[in-house]
Amino acid sequence: MNLSLLILFPLVTAIILLFCNGLKQVRMVALAGAGLQLILAIFLLVAFLQDRSMGNQLTMLFEYDFVWFKNLPIHYHIGVDGISIAMILLTSCIVFAGILISWTMEKLSKEFFFLLVLLSMGAYGFFISLDLFTLFFFLEIAVIPKFLLIGVWGSGKKEYSAMKLALMLMAGSALVFVGLLGVYYQTGSFDMMKIAQMNIPLDTQYFFFPFVFLGFGIFAALFPFHTWVPDGHASAPTAASMFLAGISMKLGGYGCLRVATFLMPAAAHYYSPIIIVLATIAIIYGAFATMMQTDLKYINAYSSVSHCGFVILGIGMLTQTSIKGAVLQMVSHGLMTALFFAAIGMIYTRTHTRMVAQLGGLLKVMPFISTVFVIAGLCSLGLPGFSGFVAEMTVFMGSWQNPGGLYRLATILSCASIVVTAVYILRATGKTIMGPLDGAYSKLGDALWNEKLAAGLLITGIVLIGVAPFLINQLIGPGTAAMMEQIGKTINLK
Amino acid sequence: MSDYAYIVLIPLLPLASFVLLGLFGRKYFTKSAGIIGTMALLASTIIALMAAHQYFFVDGKVAGAYHQVIAFKYTWLAFSPGVSIDMGIVIDPISVMMLVVVSFVSLMVHMFSLGYMKGEERFATYYAYLGLFTFSMLGLVLSVNIFQVYLFWELVGVSSFLLIGYYYEKPTAVAASKKAFIVTRFADLGFLIGILILGFYSGTLDISTLIHKLTSVQSPEYIAITTAGFLGASALTWALVLVFIGGAGKSAMFPLHIWLPDAMEGPTPVSALIHAATMVVAGVYLVARLFPVFSMDDTALHVVTYVGAFSALLAAVIACTQTDIKRVLAFSTMSQIGYMMFALGVSKQVGEQGLGYMASMFHLFTHAFFKSLLFLCAGAVIHLVHSNEIKDMGGLRKLMPVTHIAFLVACLAIAGVPPFAGFFSKEEILLAAFNENKLIYAVALFTAALTAFYMFRLYFSIFWSKESAHHDTHHEGTVSMKIPLIILAACTIGVGFIPFAKLVTADGAALETHIDILFSLAPVGLTLIAILIAARLYKQQNGGPQKIADSLGGFYRVVSRKFYMDELYLFITKKIIFPLIGKPIAWIDRNIVDGCMNALASITVKISGGIKGMQSGKVQGYALYFFGGVTLLAILFIYVWK
Amino acid sequence: MSSLSEIPLAHILFVSTALFFIGMYGLFTRKNLVTLLMAIELMLNSVNINFIAFNKYLYPGKLDGVFFSLFIITIAAAEAAVAIAIIINLYRSHQSIDVDDATEMKY
Repeated sequence: MNLSLLILFPLVTAIILLFCNGLKQVRMVALAGAGLQLILAIFLLVAFLQDRSMGNQLTMLFEYDFVWFKNLPIHYHIGVDGISIAMILLTSCIVFAGILISWTMEKLSKEFFFLLVLLSMGAYGFFISLDLFTLFFFLEIAVIPKFLLIGVWGSGKKEYSAMKLALMLMAGSALVFVGLLGVYYQTGSFDMMKIAQMNIPLDTQYFFFPFVFLGFGIFAALFPFHTWVPDGHASAPTAASMFLAGISMKLGGYGCLRVATFLMPAAAHYYSPIIIVLATIAIIYGAFATMMQTDLKYINAYSSVSHCGFVILGIGMLTQTSIKGAVLQMVSHGLMTALFFAAIGMIYTRTHTRMVAQLGGLLKVMPFISTVFVIAGLCSLGLPGFSGFVAEMTVFMGSWQNPGGLYRLATILSCASIVVTAVYILRATGKTIMGPLDGAYSKLGDALWNEKLAAGLLITGIVLIGVAPFLINQLIGPGTAAMMEQIGKTINLK
Repeated sequence: MSDYAYIVLIPLLPLASFVLLGLFGRKYFTKSAGIIGTMALLASTIIALMAAHQYFFVDGKVAGAYHQVIAFKYTWLAFSPGVSIDMGIVIDPISVMMLVVVSFVSLMVHMFSLGYMKGEERFATYYAYLGLFTFSMLGLVLSVNIFQVYLFWELVGVSSFLLIGYYYEKPTAVAASKKAFIVTRFADLGFLIGILILGFYSGTLDISTLIHKLTSVQSPEYIAITTAGFLGASALTWALVLVFIGGAGKSAMFPLHIWLPDAMEGPTPVSALIHAATMVVAGVYLVARLFPVFSMDDTALHVVTYVGAFSALLAAVIACTQTDIKRVLAFSTMSQIGYMMFALGVSKQVGEQGLGYMASMFHLFTHAFFKSLLFLCAGAVIHLVHSNEIKDMGGLRKLMPVTHIAFLVACLAIAGVPPFAGFFSKEEILLAAFNENKLIYAVALFTAALTAFYMFRLYFSIFWSKESAHHDTHHEGTVSMKIPLIILAACTIGVGFIPFAKLVTADGAALETHIDILFSLAPVGLTLIAILIAARLYKQQNGGPQKIADSLGGFYRVVSRKFYMDELYLFITKKIIFPLIGKPIAWIDRNIVDGCMNALASITVKISGGIKGMQSGKVQGYALYFFGGVTLLAILFIYVWK
Repeated sequence: MSSLSEIPLAHILFVSTALFFIGMYGLFTRKNLVTLLMAIELMLNSVNINFIAFNKYLYPGKLDGVFFSLFIITIAAAEAAVAIAIIINLYRSHQSIDVDDATEMKY
């Protein structure tokens, strides 16, 4: 299994897209490309599980190392473990669904799909990189298209939002880069697997950890650097929102885990009270802020802030279960929030409004879309049978294993957020889906085949994780265990 | 040890019905959905009865006591070594009893709905939801793992939400469904934290292991959980009280009961199934399931007792003043669950002192039949008069003879008149209370009289009182509606004679009980007096009730407004949480946090504005800077840095 | 050959400096783009003179300076072609070749 295919496929798709004409050609090519990615991702999963079941216990599988730039030891070093595979699967699902949702994107369709595919390439590259520089390279590739996607195809105050998002994310990557250079000059290597074995001196860790963690934290909507999230999502076109919340925010979470915590565990331990406090604030504060929103996209954007808080919380708690929960939450939140944005987009294209107060009773005219909306909502409030429950409960169980007073308080407060989540989800559902139908909407139609397929794919993922969590547990459990073992060597954690 | 694996079919059949009807119902099964759902449930019920027979009468008993069998267990989600969510099936007296109750009542409701919900636009969806609920409830009662309980607990919550909001175009129904979900969700928070505490200290989530570890006084887990404490109570007390809060939320105990009356916005058969017979007793079941642990901690048991008794009394008082027939029944449900709760609270684990436990389960069992019967009768009545208000009814006994008789039977049962089912179970509860706590006994006795009064107030108002305004333009309902009424009425008469004490007890061993006529004198006498008062006041229309209400004045108004509990909750949410927490946070986010980001941006813009004047856009200006720079550098290189 | 060597280097440098500053003066004061282009050509040529002169006086046996000036002449020709193309385009869009009229890229 050659991992470089994951980068090659989108690249080829993007190049072919440049030579296409007209919406019909463009979307077929984009969909075919996304379909191939999906198949490749599933194939990768199968190959990975096969290798593992044959007893291959290496931390990283399918490794490939190529010296990219000799003078600095920059390698094109790639490889995957269970965690990256989960993220790759997530990405391919969302790319596929996102392209289906933008099926009728008339405006500059070639450029639009080109950017979407480019973004996915950045994400794949990021998730498979084992070299810090290569990782950073792909991170940047994943940032730039978002600026254009929002600025050109967005709605509302799109220039402001695009600028805000791009600047904040750029600031994040700048911080990350400073941290990476710090690590490099201390260790003389960009290779993550080597650095992890090396034990970076404590003062270096204490100094550079905040840079890396904060930098990736901005991507993952860490309080108080989350303000790009609501504006960015609200202005973005549907597919871009899905990508943004489903993939981009996960780049942050993955970076916090794989780079910051994995390479500098002692510092992660040292700073964990601060991380926990920020995460808990994000969870509670995001939930309460969501409660007061009136625009569906703002509701979902703020709820993403709250949900991504669980990812940070899980990482900050530094127990194996909590980290597993954080990874689960990344996957779960990615699927769920993409589904939610897809449902909001479908409602918006029909009613031309996203204001909760102007909607009502949509179940009557669009049963499918309403069902999708309700499923996304129920997943968001952590209903069993959907992925949200599995992820949140794992985070809670893991957090509770950390017995400090502060940690306990943080866990209880985070648990309390599930009540607030129920409040805002049910308010939104009650006002848009249920209630009397506005006469103006009585002629609207239900979802089309492409929308049904997209929603179906995402729902399948959500339900599969929700009903059979032991499957995904097999995938990411060993990955987190190996990671914790590495972390545990450095610091003595219970 | 025989094989019980087939029991897995009991929950899976309704699940299959849910999946089938949920995915394809709207398209292919618009008419046949009811039949499909009912058939699935019929099969479930038969299997449940078979299982009950096998367990209770064939091979459940080992050495004189019923023991627990784990029929099936699969690790669903592993957290860390020893701690995992398992899906499984536990077979013991209470789970088998609940299996029978849930599947049987659900079958009755499925059947009744065939007529009641006929012609509804979302008929298939309705049956799909019923299937989902039945599946979740059965999964709950079969749980082997405390997290499995929580998981199905949430699922029954959501199916209740979906069914209450079934008439989704009605704003009151939407509000009620939200309220039900959020209030119980709030309670579930307590349950969840309770689980976390129990799981942390005992190192397992498996119920039987947990009970094993926490009931032996020498085990390290027990010592750890009782020595750790917070705010003066041990971790065990905290955990149990928190778990009880979860149960209280589902079971509508004070002060988390406010969702139950509003939940009557759902279709009436749903109220019969969810909000009378099955889901609302989940809290009682939860306490019973963890009873060995509860019995280790007196504080927790006291909380259960007093909350139960107070809820029973409060609900009975409120029920006397309500005018909506379903709300009266809702409060009576709350009151009866209060009985079950305090009966558990006054019980002990072993032997004769375990009477309360047995009585509670017995009452749960009988209550399921007569209360669902009451609701289904109410449904039949509402189906006829198209109103929930008592004032729109009256004199219906001639129009609906079957419903009339069934309702009367159920009223006699709930009032505790011998030989109807309620008499036996209530008698045991009173006896248990009398043995343990005289105050509770007094409350229970008074509540029993009140119960008889308000139930017969309802009965006389509906079926006697004035002459019917409705002439026989309507029929009493279809055959499929009458059959469940008849079956349930028969059960209501019959189930009291089941030797329950021999089958379901706290420690599995049979308990000797007998009806003591002297002891029964007080409750039965009071009940009969209450029925006579009700007959006097409501059998014919007269000004009596109004006069009494007027003479009570303010008190009556307070009671009829349910002690302003709803208003209090609304005040807390609308006046405190939304404006004082939500609004400021949203404001802070937009103005302060985001303001900082924007300020950073605008400072950058200001600085660049200050220096952008140098970029005049005039090429010659740039050339001048360039030459100036070169000259400067030349001077520097030639004269300064030689 | 001999006549050139009789002229002292300073004289030639004086001419080239004068030429350079005349070009510079033109560059700063004129607004017409064609005039600016001519001014730039003056400056380039002053540099050429310097190259030739220094080559002659400092390294008489070599030809490096000559090559450079040839190189500069070529570039100047190319540059003039590009510049005039730009000027013509500017005139088409702005109806003017005044350097101050093209302000779109300001700030």
